[in-house]
Amino acid sequence: MSTDTPDASADDAPSRADLAARVEELETALSEVESDDDDMKMSIIATKGTLDMAYPPLILASTAAAFGYEVTVFHTFWGLDILHEENSKNLKLSSVGNPNMPVPNVVGAIPGMDRVTTKMMERRIDDNDTATIEELIETSLDMGVEFQACQMTIELMDYDEDNFYDGVTTGVGAATALQDMAEADIQLLI
Amino acid sequence: MSAEFNIAETLDVKGASCPMPVVKTKSAIDDLDADEVLEVLATDSGSMSDIDGWASGTDGVELLEQEEGDGVYKHYVRKTE
Repeated sequence: MSTDTPDASADDAPSRADLAARVEELETALSEVESDDDDMKMSIIATKGTLDMAYPPLILASTAAAFGYEVTVFHTFWGLDILHEENSKNLKLSSVGNPNMPVPNVVGAIPGMDRVTTKMMERRIDDNDTATIEELIETSLDMGVEFQACQMTIELMDYDEDNFYDGVTTGVGAATALQDMAEADIQLLI
Repeated sequence: MSAEFNIAETLDVKGASCPMPVVKTKSAIDDLDADEVLEVLATDSGSMSDIDGWASGTDGVELLEQEEGDGVYKHYVRKTE
């Protein structure tokens, strides 16, 4: 074992000019990467259409837009009702399936109980000045959030493009959502 | 104690809850010129943490001060660019 520095031939050693050129090259590459990262993006897939589950995607979308993020929310299956102008004002809260509800599941299963729990939640929303679903959608649209309505679900539910809020993007599918997710810094399935 | 900033605009979001204080603050800041200060009046206790978080995660704004009194949370945000 030798402690000698291995003989580096003077010919192999990069010159100062070579190193300077390499540093410059790397700095340029780095600044391109950094500038690509300037615009934060968030992609949400909204799949639920109950009153309680309509809130999280809309609250996160509008807040992310306030941070300057580019936001897309892809609505599929029951999540599509959030964008449906009429249905969005009548979203229901299920009286069964959530043990935290004030009514036991066996009572919650009685016909008409969903209406009772929905009314109860709507009153709370009103009393607390919590934004309505409609307000959150309009605010998000104003802030540049892109709401996408899954074309397959539109046809499955027999909806029409006119049923949705103005500004909602229709005619999009899973490939669009996937592309948004691939480019996003934050991806959420709700 | 009242803040000694030169307030260009006051946004009253008393009564509104999450996410509206942050969302409306952002919209109000957009309407200001650089260096102007926005005063935000809120009753949502979550606004203390939320506006702080929003200001540190957003370019072009600086949170100058927050104060609480009589159930009202006051926030002073300067537009920096």
